[in-house]
Order: sequence, then structure tokens, then C-alpha cells
Amino acid sequence: MTAQADIPGRAPVAPDRRTAWNIRRERMRFHVRTLKLAWRTYCRDKAALIALIFLVAVALISILAPWISPHDPTENVANINAPPGSEGLLLGADVDGRDILSRLFWGGRIALLVGIGPTLAATIISLVLGLVAGYFGRWVDQIIMRLMDILFAFPLVLMAIVIAGIMEPGVPTIIIAITVALTPYIARLVRTTTMSVKQQPYVEAARAGGAGSLAILVRYILPNMIAPVIVYSTTLIGLMMVVGSGLSFLGLGVQPPDADWGTMVAEGRGVLKKAPHATIFPGLVIVLVSLSFSFIGDGLRDALDPRSRVR
Amino acid sequence: MSEPLLSVRGLTKHFRLEGSGLFEKGPTLKAVDDIDFDVAQGETLGLVGESGCGKSTTARLVLRLIEPTAGSVVFDGTDVLKCSKDELQKLRREMQMVFQDPMSSLNPRMSVGVSIAEPLRFHGLGNQIERFARARDFLEIVGLSTDYFDRLPHEFSGGQNQRVAIARALILRPKLVILDEPVSALDVSIRAQILKLLEELQRDFRLTYVFISHDLSVVKRFCERTAVLYLGKIVEIAESEKLYREPLHPYTQALIDAIPVPDPSNRNIVQRAGLEGDVPSPINPPSGCRFHTRCPKRMERCSTEAPPLQSVAPGHQVACFLYR
Amino acid sequence: MAEPILRVEGMKTQFKLRAGTLKAVDGISFTLEPGKVLCIVGESGSGKSVTAQSILRLVEPPGRVVEGRVLYRDKDLLTLSEREMERIRGDRICMVFQDPMTSLNPVFTIGEQIAEGLRAHQGLNRAAARARAIELLKLVGIPNPEARCDDYPHQFSGGMRQRALIAAAIACEPDILIADEPTTALDVTIQAQILKLLADLQRRLNSAMILITHDLGVVANLADQVLVMYAGRMAEYGDVQTVFRDPKHPYTVGLMNSIIRLEEPRDAELRSIPGAPLVPINPPPGCGFRFRCPKAIERCSQEAPEPRVDRQGHAFACHVAELNGAQA
Repeated sequence: MTAQADIPGRAPVAPDRRTAWNIRRERMRFHVRTLKLAWRTYCRDKAALIALIFLVAVALISILAPWISPHDPTENVANINAPPGSEGLLLGADVDGRDILSRLFWGGRIALLVGIGPTLAATIISLVLGLVAGYFGRWVDQIIMRLMDILFAFPLVLMAIVIAGIMEPGVPTIIIAITVALTPYIARLVRTTTMSVKQQPYVEAARAGGAGSLAILVRYILPNMIAPVIVYSTTLIGLMMVVGSGLSFLGLGVQPPDADWGTMVAEGRGVLKKAPHATIFPGLVIVLVSLSFSFIGDGLRDALDPRSRVR
Repeated sequence: MSEPLLSVRGLTKHFRLEGSGLFEKGPTLKAVDDIDFDVAQGETLGLVGESGCGKSTTARLVLRLIEPTAGSVVFDGTDVLKCSKDELQKLRREMQMVFQDPMSSLNPRMSVGVSIAEPLRFHGLGNQIERFARARDFLEIVGLSTDYFDRLPHEFSGGQNQRVAIARALILRPKLVILDEPVSALDVSIRAQILKLLEELQRDFRLTYVFISHDLSVVKRFCERTAVLYLGKIVEIAESEKLYREPLHPYTQALIDAIPVPDPSNRNIVQRAGLEGDVPSPINPPSGCRFHTRCPKRMERCSTEAPPLQSVAPGHQVACFLYR
Repeated sequence: MAEPILRVEGMKTQFKLRAGTLKAVDGISFTLEPGKVLCIVGESGSGKSVTAQSILRLVEPPGRVVEGRVLYRDKDLLTLSEREMERIRGDRICMVFQDPMTSLNPVFTIGEQIAEGLRAHQGLNRAAARARAIELLKLVGIPNPEARCDDYPHQFSGGMRQRALIAAAIACEPDILIADEPTTALDVTIQAQILKLLADLQRRLNSAMILITHDLGVVANLADQVLVMYAGRMAEYGDVQTVFRDPKHPYTVGLMNSIIRLEEPRDAELRSIPGAPLVPINPPPGCGFRFRCPKAIERCSQEAPEPRVDRQGHAFACHVAELNGAQA
């Protein structure tokens, strides 16, 4: 017996080919329409749109750095602290006479990796932990959330030092450290939103319809609680870039002479009066990129809410 | 009478509330306390009462959405409360529910067509195309155009959303549908649309309904028999017409009198004395007859002894010492 | 006829939304005489609550009262300064809301919340205000008011909270009491108690009352005058007896027919109005009710009917009823 015969009812069970084809086409149209509406809503937020364009440009430049950088970022190509515009260097040179523009191009790779990588990883881990804790509650919740509390109490720097002790300093170290440090924050948000969405009548309606826990979690709770989490995580990306720079500054992350925006600021600090450009340019880039992620977060907030979408 | 489709015996649900201290036991909320009723195949039983009377808890217990403290619910020969998980899943195909607030009982991010098809998916019936084809059929059955398949709930009015919720409840072709205040959140002018639809569907699909409401006039009109609940107990159960014409329990009488009559020359509420006092909390309900604190006809024994639900006429039971 | 205490003239309130302009109240006029009860009836989206908020200038942006006058003792409330308005609000015109839980502040005791208005508007000292609050709680039928005065809102039941809110609203013996669906969240037996209390207090204080409701049974019990609203506009307005006995507007007729009456036999036909209430966002021209109206004629889609008043002061806005009236 085929599965179709199991659908109870009077009407013919298997839809004819035309209906089936119509349904497929309509599904496609529905998804396209949903995406279009979300995109249009996002575009109405001008700041979010500009931020997105800016970030795409930054990402492209970072990816293409090996090909578009005018100089090797670790090579001494000019007088130390050469001011912007001199010696053919648009943004001048740093304390070691390296081209700041090239270092910014290359530094974007690490900054974006340190910003996006741990946030994404922490968000995924938190979604699993928070959904399970918030949905099942009781002892499951107790175990997961007490574990999170322990992580909460652990200072980020201490964590990074411990991990660096195990692995040795470098980009992977700070990525893991930030991921671990970030998870309890996002997991808490996931858990509270899960618990409030769980109270919604449509979840009970799904249970009454015969839904299992997995279907409820994936089809009912996740889609309705993820928006604030995405918004929160997006805003965190910018912040984590700065935190990553801080860890590199402490010698736990990026090792000299590799270029990274945070380390560039740190290196420029000693000559702030003599050569302010060595600090200002990377600092400005960090501020702009962090700000862009916040704006994108705000734009997503509206785009992800079906009720605020424009027709 | 043939074997009833649904038979509820001694159904009880006590919620243990959180205590104030760490090791202190919290108070017990007696939401549903030892109730019995039968629902025959094809009939509509109304459960009516005020907030805290346990009518919604009863519905959830029958579907085993919450676990009971005691009692049995026999549906079509199977005890819902004792069966295994797999059996329960099978039973859920036969028993569905429609909720009060149509907007919030639908997933706001799921198109209404997909929502209607969901129960088929939960029970692993058909492939996606077949399920959606069936959902389109049911959109039409509840009086909506198939063009609405991809609409989201917020694009619909309350009445339209309730139609969607009804389609979702019916797509598995259940035998029993529990209607939990299905028209209370709707505008007055469209209530009758939904009630009529429910009546048509009952005829076409040979459905049995349990209809829960706080509104006695709707229950009386829609249900063959009505049970009146007060603080977790059934105080009276009878044919609706009879319950309205000869209400025996003082609480039933008070409920009927409390409905404002839409006739300015008969200001029934303002001019007549009504029931006094508040509905007591179901935490520590009054001793004896639970209604004795507000009852105009209370006797001495009412505060110490609880009157059992007893037959006074065929099909008419009442729990009150006045009728012994 | 007594001099009206409140006269609303051509009031329009609009909300600028992304989807367009929501004409929540679109040209409403009525008068309220001292000691009388006006019921505003309508379904969701009819603009009945916004009408009340507009009178008290409680409409929040993006909403705005764009046109009209609200004359209270010959002062146009819409032109007063916010300072002057605050003096009237909560003192001369008071409001009771639908949900008694959310309109009470959970961190203050019931007594403090009632006393607050008394101290602000009548300059009573703490002790005097408290004594008066206890008196008021007693008046609205709260048992043991001396003790309950110091309770917090969560210690009160729904019905008692609504009583407490009413006590706060009548504290300054207002000229006008506005009650927005005061019993919708309550059980029937409690609703009966609150309705009785409102009717009793209104008579005793001889204040005017605007009662907003969707329940024609409530209207019949309390109203002297009825204003039926549909999609922000006035459908029918008149004396309660006249409107119930001889409804002119097809919407009023439809509403009356939709009532499920307890005394009707079980097999009597269930009647409803087809379609769903119109949400007046960028409303189409013509009469807003024509999509659901069994009597609609071509003219209904071309021009919106203007309110027409007959000799008894019974007003209605309907082309068809107007034609029938001319024939009769």
C-alpha cells in the first residue's frame, strides 16, 4: 500500500498532474515573493542598505587582498611613519615603514574571520542548547543553563589564556575563546525567547494536531524565535572584531608581523603624536565596520517580521 | 443509547503550584475535580462556565495535552489516558481541536495552506504535493478560495483565520472535534457564519463535537446537551432546551439571569438583583458545595457536605441538595 | 432639553501607517447631556475606542486628530494646552479601560493609586486622600475596604480590579465618565455586577457616561442614546428605544439579527452579516458597509451617505433608508 492511500477523505487522493504542477509552481512563487518582500523591506532602511554595500565591499577587498594590495603588508617599503600621500603611499606607512593601505586590506581577512567566525559558531551552538533547554525545561534546562552560568563567570581573557596554553597563541585560539565566551550570552536569549514562543497557542495547536517535539521545535518554535537572535548576533559581530583585536593586542591572537586592524591600532599607539594616521585609519575602519553590522541588524529586524513587510 | 464515542469518568487534574520556600510544598489548584460525562456519536455536548471552572483544562485532558491526576477517558473503546505513545498518536488522528483565538493559534510565519496540511505531515501521510492538494480541497470546504493558500494569517480577518483553523482540524477526518471557545474572539456579526459552517461540517463529516464556551446563549443554540461547570465540578447537565427552560441548579439560574437582554424596555441586569460575590479561587475552593458562598438558596448542610451529581429526570442530572 | 455637556463635531482621527492612512474616526458628531448615558457600539476596527481616546487626547502617534471640535463646557478640548488638558483628564473627564490588570500599576497599592488622583486634582493631603480612597472602595462594593486598600493589584480578582478602577475614575466626581469595554474581560455574573454598579454610580453622581461596547445587551441595559459606528463612520445615532425598535441602517439591522438570543428555539436560523468588518485603511469611496450590505444600490459605491436626521432626532447615514423614508 502506498503512502497516498493513507490520507483519509472522500476526494480523490492523488492530485492529477496539472494540480501537482500548479502546486509546485505556486510554492516557488510563494518563496520568491517572500524573499522579495523581505528584501524590499530591508532596502527601505537606507542606513542598513548602505551598511550592507559597505560591508560587501570590505569583504571583497579582503578576499582579493593578495591581488589588489599595492605592496606586501609585512615588507618595509618606505620611511617609518611616512605621512599619507608621501612616497606613493595613499595612507602612508607605519612604525616599521610598511604600507598601511595594504595592511588594512590584509587585516580585513583576520578581522572579518574573528568577527563572523565565532559569532556564527556560538549562534549555532546556542540555538541547539537554548532550544533544548527552553523547550524541555526541568532538569535538561537546569544542566544546560548551570553550565552556561559557569562559562559566564569565566573572564574572556582568562579563557583565551587557558586555550592559548593548550593550543598556543594564534587566530584559531581567539576564535575558540570568543566562541566559548559568547555562547552563554546567545544561549540565554535563545532560551528565553523559546520559552515565550512555547507558550503561544499555535504550539499547543500543533501538539493537538499530533506534532512531535522535533517538528514543533523546527517548524513552529525556531522560525518564530530566530529573528531576535539573528539581530543580536549580527550586532555582536562588530563587537567581537574589537574583542579579537584586544586579545591580539595582549599577544594571544594574531602574531606580528601579520596584519590585523586591532594590532595595527596597538602598534600605532606608541607614536600617536608623531604619526596619528597609523592609528586613525585602522581605528576608523573598525568603527565603520562594527557600526555597519549594527545597522544591518536593525534592518534585518524589520525584514524578518512578516507583519512589517511592505506589499 | 448505543455505546458513547467519548466517555469520561472521574477525571481530575490538580496542579501543584510553586511553594514560597525551597522545601515548602505549594498549594494545590483543583482545576478539574472528579467529573463524568458521555458524548454520543454525532452529538454536540456543550461545556459552559466562568473562568476557573475547568472547561479548557477538561478539553486538554481529553486530548491528553496535559497529564491527568486521576480518571479515565475512553474514546471509541480505547483509554486515552492509559495507552502507549504510538496508540496516542493514532488516536490523535481521530480527535482534533479548534482554539479560541484564531490569529494566535496559527503559526504567523507559515502560509495558511501549509498550516492546514501540517497534521497530515505530523502523521506521515502522503507526499508534499498530495498534502497540499488536500489542503486546497479543505480551503474550499471551509468556504475560502484556493487562491488564499499562500496568504499569511496576519493578512486575514479573524473569521477567515478561524475557517483555516477549522480546516486544519478537519483535514485528518477526525471523529471528535473539541471546540474551545471557537467564536468568542470573533465579531458579533460573523459569529453565526462560523457556527453555521461548523453545523454543516458536522453533518457532512459526521462529526461529534464538544463545544466549550462561557456564553450560555451560544451553547444553548449550538449544543444538544449542556453541562454547566463551576470550580472544577459539573453542577448540572441536561438537554440544552430543558436546561434553559427549567434550570435547577441555582448557579445555572444565575448564569441565565446574568445575560444582558438586548431589549431596552427590559433592563434585566440593572433592575434585578444578580449573583453577589466573586468566583472563589480554585486554590482552596469552598468546602461542601463549592457554590454555597454565593448561593441565594444555601442551606446549612451545603457548607459541610458536597452534593453528588444525581439524576432528577431522564438525561437531567444536578448536584444540589434542593432536589433530593 | 438640557444643555449638552459634551459636543463632538465632525471629529476625524487618522493614523499614518506604512500601508496607508487608517481613517479610524472619520467625521463623528454627537452630543452628550448631563446625567445621560451614550453607548457607542461597533465591531473591531469601527473606531469606537479611538473616538474615546480622541476626546481625551490620548491618541498616540502615528495617530492624530486631524479635524473637528470637542466642546466641553464651551471649551474646545482639541485646542487646549497639554497642561490644561491634564487638569481636565482624570478630574472632570475620567476613563475606565477594558483590561483592569494592565491599567493598574502593579507596584503601587490600590489605595495609593486611587489617592494619587485625589491629591493631584483636589489637593488632599496623604491622610485625607487615603480616607477618601477607603470611602470610594466601599462605595464600589469592595468588602473590608480598610484592609483591601493596602493590597496590590495582583491580590485582587478581575472583578474587584475593575471596581477599583471605577473607584479611581469617580474619585473626583467627574462630569463625564468614559468606559471602554469595561466588562468584556469579565465573566458574565461579574459583568452583571459591574454594569449594575456603573448604572448605580452614574445615577447617584448624576454624571454623564460614554460606554463603549460591542454587546447590544449591555447597550439595552444602560444606554439613553446609541451611536452605531462602522469603519470609522456613524451608521446610526438616536434614542435607545427608537434605535432598537426601528433600526434604519442595514448594519444596525444586521447586528440586531446577529444576536444569538437565549429564548429563541434551537432550530431558529442563525443569522450573520456576510464578509468581515472593513478596516478603513485607504477606504474606497462610497459607503463602507456596501460590501456586506444586502440592500446596496449603485449610488452606495459612488458617494458616501451623509448623516440625515429625522424629526425625532434619529440620525442615520444610508442612501437606501433615506429613499425609503422619502417614500413613506
